[in-house]
Amino acid sequence: MVKRTVVGAHYGIMGWLVQRISAAIMALFILLFLMVLLDHRPLSFDIWKTLFSQLWLRIGVQLFVLGLFLHAWVGMRDILMDYVRSTGTRLFLQVLVLVSLSAYAIWSVRIIWGN
Amino acid sequence: MRFSIYRFDPDTDASPYMKDYELALEAGDMMLLDALILIKAQDDSLSLRKSCREGVCGSDAMNINGRNGLACITPLSGLKEPIELRPLPGLPVIRDLVVDMEPFFKQYRSIKPYLINNDPPPETERLQSPQERAELDGLYECILCACCTTSCPSFWWNPEKFVGPAGLLQAWRFIADTRDQATSERLDDLEDPYRLFRCHGIMNCVDACPKGLNPTEAIGKIKGMMVRRTV
Repeated sequence: MVKRTVVGAHYGIMGWLVQRISAAIMALFILLFLMVLLDHRPLSFDIWKTLFSQLWLRIGVQLFVLGLFLHAWVGMRDILMDYVRSTGTRLFLQVLVLVSLSAYAIWSVRIIWGN
Repeated sequence: MRFSIYRFDPDTDASPYMKDYELALEAGDMMLLDALILIKAQDDSLSLRKSCREGVCGSDAMNINGRNGLACITPLSGLKEPIELRPLPGLPVIRDLVVDMEPFFKQYRSIKPYLINNDPPPETERLQSPQERAELDGLYECILCACCTTSCPSFWWNPEKFVGPAGLLQAWRFIADTRDQATSERLDDLEDPYRLFRCHGIMNCVDACPKGLNPTEAIGKIKGMMVRRTV
């Protein structure tokens, strides 16, 4: 059977937007977090613990981490689309990335919101 | 002046090789194409494309010391010796510096590079305001030499799926044209993870374009228009 090249999946702009928006969220949070850390020098474990007992910081870290995973998903998908020629292998690797990132996302909730 | 030129004749050579040439001349204000014509007088087996010899036809695009450009408008004086000439990367070599442009033109044809307007043609021209006409500046000048598309790694990896910078610049040329009525069809056709979104904005195309055009900016405008109609 001759395999014809097919294109026309009609998606892409949302992924591209998500990549940019998540990058902006991460950049903003890194700046904010650095300022908080500089404000609490010298840093000790107790100060670290008090910082992370505050709701706003937990929400911030959670947003940062979720942004990171969304960003990583679009980026990894791009890399796999660029370099992996075989559709089967590409699908397998994409599923692997999705499953890992989902697991990390659930794990991050436990780390951030657990005691 | 010393030259090292990529040679390959599929009828006689098992694999490509680099052949050295020497010309006894001062660079002066000569262009690279002038030197290539002198080399061809020495060795008429060397194959290359050329036509207008003034940067308008786009025939003599090649890889010059690692950068894509037109031999006819590249001054010899600015090139480091030995001047290394290779065919455009990412396209099948037919012979020596001559490549098969079909994958490039196939992508170009796929964006429907012509005005689509279903209104009956008016008595005179379809008029545009000076501002509307100005939108086409930096787009219509493209001569389709393929310097940009063949310098793009995304095109090297997916030449059958990614439209490439030249095709996307032309796609935007027709989207930006107020006389064209197929804007949403054109955007639908391009909204594709391979056709448009293999562009990661590394701007090799801008660096390579011998006409000083900016395909990355055109691609950004296409994405911007998609965002405007999506969000």
